[in-house]
Amino acid sequence: MNTNVTLCGIPLDNPVIPASGTFGYGLEFAALYDINCLGSFACKGTTEAPRFGNPGPRIAESAAGMLNSVGLQNPGIDAVLAHELPALAKVFHKPILANVCGFSIDEYVRVAEKFDASPQVGWLEVNVSCPNVHGGGMGFGAAPESAAAVTAAVKRAVKKPVIVKLTPNVTDIAAIARACEDAGADGLSLINTLLAMRIDPAARRPVLANGTGGLSGPAVFPVALRMVWQVYEAVRIPIIGMGGVSCAADVIEMLLAGATAVGVGAANLRDPCAARDIVAALPETMARYGIETLSDIIGGAHHGERRHHRM
Amino acid sequence: MKQTPFTLLENTPLTAEVHQLRLRGDCAAVTAPGQFVQVLVPGQFLRRPFSVCDRSGDTLTLCVRRVGRGTETLCSLPAGATLDLLTGLGNGFTLDHAGGAPLLIGGGSGVGALYGLCRALLAAGKSVTAALCFRSAEQIYYVNQLKALGAAVRVYTEDGGAGTRGRATDALALPHSSLYACGPVAMLAALDGLESGPAQLSLEARMGCGFGACMGCTIETAAGARRVCRDGPVFPGKAVVW
Ligand SMILES: Cc1cc2nc3c(=O)[nH]c(=O)nc-3n(C[C@H](O)[C@H](O)[C@H](O)COP(=O)(O)OP(=O)(O)OC[C@H]3O[C@@H](n4cnc5c(N)ncnc54)[C@H](O)[C@@H]3O)c2cc1C
Ligand SMILES: Cc1cc2nc3c(=O)[nH]c(=O)nc-3n(C[C@H](O)[C@H](O)[C@H](O)COP(=O)(O)O)c2cc1C
Ligand code: FES
Repeated sequence: MNTNVTLCGIPLDNPVIPASGTFGYGLEFAALYDINCLGSFACKGTTEAPRFGNPGPRIAESAAGMLNSVGLQNPGIDAVLAHELPALAKVFHKPILANVCGFSIDEYVRVAEKFDASPQVGWLEVNVSCPNVHGGGMGFGAAPESAAAVTAAVKRAVKKPVIVKLTPNVTDIAAIARACEDAGADGLSLINTLLAMRIDPAARRPVLANGTGGLSGPAVFPVALRMVWQVYEAVRIPIIGMGGVSCAADVIEMLLAGATAVGVGAANLRDPCAARDIVAALPETMARYGIETLSDIIGGAHHGERRHHRM
Repeated sequence: MKQTPFTLLENTPLTAEVHQLRLRGDCAAVTAPGQFVQVLVPGQFLRRPFSVCDRSGDTLTLCVRRVGRGTETLCSLPAGATLDLLTGLGNGFTLDHAGGAPLLIGGGSGVGALYGLCRALLAAGKSVTAALCFRSAEQIYYVNQLKALGAAVRVYTEDGGAGTRGRATDALALPHSSLYACGPVAMLAALDGLESGPAQLSLEARMGCGFGACMGCTIETAAGARRVCRDGPVFPGKAVVW
């Protein structure tokens, strides 16, 4: 049985990739299990300067999911390169996805350039989609022109593959995906969280101090799957599918919809061993569905006219 | 941190709102009083954090106040139920700056969390005073348990229905060498504003993971952003920006 896939030319032992913001810089999980069993992982969204993020409460619950309004809390790119990545190097021996955030195109470029120079970074995952930060993420990912502008600028500045992470909070995600592809993106990852809110009926105000936050977890899986499906039909570059993935069968569905690799987010917070357990369950799940080679099923649920996809 | 199954031994109501849960399982990761566990509650997506009131051998005691769906479920689970716990979370209290006569102030659902600390301080030869603060007499719990350990227990109620009429801040008038407190954030903030000696405050925050990965529980401190779950839940006095 073969679980290998290739993401933008880089081989992965399996398609399972903990999603940005739910895996820190890997260290908390490495204390619990050998994270080298993973395909890779995406580090916390990183900006140029350190960020505190939004005021608390930043977390709320929903049926089969959660909301967050963390607001890109991170120590800043220089601290990540000086402290987090060296600590990670001791416990993780595969290339990671560096989640790049910015509030201007110049900031995206500067953060991406610094990550690009790190031998631990395999891919730049450019987050144009975080719904939490006013004037930032949401703005760039919400329109094809601005998403393409970030993509092109980062692409010009770096050597490593650029994967653009898309927001689902748009009318036509396929149009934005195409614009990023045309601007030179090597891959796409989707979806980020869905803009959402909860209200505390006793206090008569929103639970999250920020008012709104991003919904993720099993509740969003069918939405994410539909978007991966649509984007697969619109582009030829590889897709990292994510949103509510919590078991190996979800991974198979994502691949059939057109994902080359699969992100696991909120599931890691509920169950810190979730990603490891999904990897471990892949072979038996493949056997159940008569799958010998996992990469064979990418896009396998699309019938009829299909574009030729790159890896 | 450890993820292990626990068996519910007893689920005992202490008041109309608070239940004491005793659980058996692998407690090896629980190393200090004031640490907490994350409980996977049937039907809920995120785990729920609860302070470890006491650990003895392979048994953990939690005091759970019924406030919403998750705690409602927990308080109605029958003995024999199995629960998935993350144990050994958070820093816990240190006995280092206790001095000879530490004062423990607990408010509401924070009272239970002081039990293990009280036991450890008494074992270290300290003379412990525990001030337990409630809104009204019906909410009082753990008074006898703390007395049985050997602490001097003082009860305060806001409506004067039992013990001394007063609030947590009134307890600061009791002589003490150090302060340990656990309870609602407004209580902790008020205590921190008044107390100038060595103090340790146990905070609460809504949590995503409980083990440091998601930045969901961050607070501001004098030293910068800190995670309640990982850098806390216990913070020294004058550290938190309230
Ligand atoms: C470190 C720590 C220790 C705690 N120790 C205890 C304890 O010993 N005994 C006890 O009764 N309670 C304790 N709490 C509070 C307890 O976690 C919440 O009351 C509980 O999570 C509420 O869950 P629910 O589903 O009933 O409420 P809901 O309102 O349905 O919960 C919805 C969401 O809000 C969160 N939430 C609601 N209230 C709180 C709160 N006060 N603190 C943190 N998250 C909250 C829940 O975890 C959940 O994600 C502690 C909290 C923390 C952070
Ligand atoms: C607490 C939290 C923090 C997140 N932070 C980031 C981030 O910094 N950058 C990013 O691109 N996505 C971030 N995300 C989005 C996830 O990477 C993922 O796209 C989304 O949660 C959907 O997957 P899930 O349903 O498996 O969680 C965050 C999600 C959560 C729950
Ligand atoms: S709850 Fe996730 S970092 Fe504290």
